[in-house]
Amino acid sequence: MITESLPKRYGDPEQRPQGETGASRPKTATDRISDIVLTLRTPGWWWLGFAVSLALLLSLVYLITMIFTRGVGIWGINVPVVWGIAIINLVFWIGIGHAGTLISAILLLMRQEWRGSLSRFAEAMTLFALACAGLFPILHLGRPWLAIWLLPYPDSLQLNPQWRSPLVWDAFAISTYLLVSLLFWFMGMIPDLGMMRDRAKNRAVKYFYGALALGWRGDAVHWERYHTATFLLAALATPLVISVHSVVSLDFAVSLLPGWHHTIFPPYFVAGAVFSGLAMVLLVAIPLRSALKLQNIITLGHIDAAGKVMLVTGLIVVYGYAMEIFAPIYTGNPSEWALTISRFTGTYAGAFWALLIINAGLSQLLWFKAVRTNMGMMMFISLFVMVGMWLERFIIIVTSLNINLQSSMWREFIPRGFDYLTIIAPFGLFFTLLFLFIRLLPMIPMAETEELLHEKGLSSVEAEVATSGD
Amino acid sequence: MSKKNESCLYGLVAEFNNPTDMLRAARRVREAGYKDVSAFTPYRVEGLSQVLGKRKSILPWLVVGAIFLGFGAGFLLQYYTDVISYPLNIGGRPVNSWPAFMIICFELAVLFGAFTAFGGMLIFNELPLPYHPVFNTPRYDLSANDRFYLCIEVTDSRFSLQRTKQFLAGLGPTAVNEAQC
Repeated sequence: MITESLPKRYGDPEQRPQGETGASRPKTATDRISDIVLTLRTPGWWWLGFAVSLALLLSLVYLITMIFTRGVGIWGINVPVVWGIAIINLVFWIGIGHAGTLISAILLLMRQEWRGSLSRFAEAMTLFALACAGLFPILHLGRPWLAIWLLPYPDSLQLNPQWRSPLVWDAFAISTYLLVSLLFWFMGMIPDLGMMRDRAKNRAVKYFYGALALGWRGDAVHWERYHTATFLLAALATPLVISVHSVVSLDFAVSLLPGWHHTIFPPYFVAGAVFSGLAMVLLVAIPLRSALKLQNIITLGHIDAAGKVMLVTGLIVVYGYAMEIFAPIYTGNPSEWALTISRFTGTYAGAFWALLIINAGLSQLLWFKAVRTNMGMMMFISLFVMVGMWLERFIIIVTSLNINLQSSMWREFIPRGFDYLTIIAPFGLFFTLLFLFIRLLPMIPMAETEELLHEKGLSSVEAEVATSGD
Repeated sequence: MSKKNESCLYGLVAEFNNPTDMLRAARRVREAGYKDVSAFTPYRVEGLSQVLGKRKSILPWLVVGAIFLGFGAGFLLQYYTDVISYPLNIGGRPVNSWPAFMIICFELAVLFGAFTAFGGMLIFNELPLPYHPVFNTPRYDLSANDRFYLCIEVTDSRFSLQRTKQFLAGLGPTAVNEAQC
């Protein structure tokens, strides 16, 4: 028989090639990533984090119930500040989502290798952030059951959406973004789900991943087509992500209010979105890489590169601030003047100065490599950038409505208890989904990591050794 | 499913422990005149599909078509509702405000394109397919980064169990196995 002449490796555990038996075999990248899901005993911090997130999620359910039963009057909003925390949340959470698509699509097209290990969970963050964002425009409607009027459907009133309205554009842009992100995320995961299926020991777990993997078998022709489809989706997602926050900014820029009616808004919003989104990615990635011992996969190089992109987008945001101040100086428009002066000295001056200090000042620390590679500093900066960018949206929305075109209509917005709950509750939804994701699905692309290591001429075991200096 | 008779053989699967050997072997298999050859790898091996003589996918062209279709569908939707079905004068603006229609046209173009890219990938790959004979290959495991499988299927006109096995064994694999269907 021919098989006799072959090395008798198969079926004989003693002679299996290295990497076959469990104990002595060095861990590959795939082992490290899949073990988090398949073999790791659920750590205590996971239960703790999940419990806290779930409690917050329940508070969101409570909030939604209150809005449905009592109406939007539970918030501190009133004429003229009719867009309160709900719309701030919309802009804030969509912004957080943008980093995921940036990392997964734009950097894929630019063939930036460092995106790889951050891409999967950044994409997951995009989806979860969009879930949070998508809730609020509907909740703040007052009569949320009429949200379907945004969709074109043949209803008995012959009612059509108002196609000239940015709010209708928003509905289309956000739902397209959600669907495309979902496809992109799921498609990126198919080969890895196949790997999980082949690795799972438990039969039920095998079926779970097997069903999700859609029968992926690693066929060379499939890989080729898959690769093409991934690039096509990335090429589509890139203009899409830029369009989404641009359209959100048009909700403001198309109106005539001082502080909103600026042509700088679309690029300014997109840059701010990526800025805050990367801060969120780092806030999640840095604790995860130490908790799950992924320092060799999410390396200092990744954090450093993300820091650089944050610096650049942060500077674009600062340019946006400068333009907002330049506009009244250049045009002499009295309403714009009144607004700008109010921002510096009015009721909300504290928030305005805080956002300037954080977004324009603190983020300049990112110029230094020593800061970008210091995990504590990066956590600190990211946390503050999140706060700073939240305050930026607060200032944009609240002050423009407060100091509007007619001084007899100037009324302030005083947040109430439910407004504060509206700020924190969506974090419950976001983190509950995120905790479930890291426990149930491979959070780092395994096939892609292996391919990259192969292209660099390293086996993934060698790569472990080569990067273990981190 | 896994009846051990020869009539139910799907193919012979040679296993390699690195993609370079696999590519070389795939080239030799093609040179020897085998046509029904497939390869299964844990990650994409560049050039493997071309070596196996597979044509490039038409998917990009379909996606381009879908983008135009989506754009057109978006425009028609807005034109129909605003101009034909229920024209409404709002602030004296033209009923056919095509510049304002562009954003929804764009969003639908992207949406149609994305669904075509994803759906096309699945349909051309004939996925989802829960069962495939290659899963029966002994040691089949996509999660091992040192296993690359090259399969010559029984349907190939040059296939002969003995000779093909001998030929595959000469290409330096770590194992040659039979995949039952």
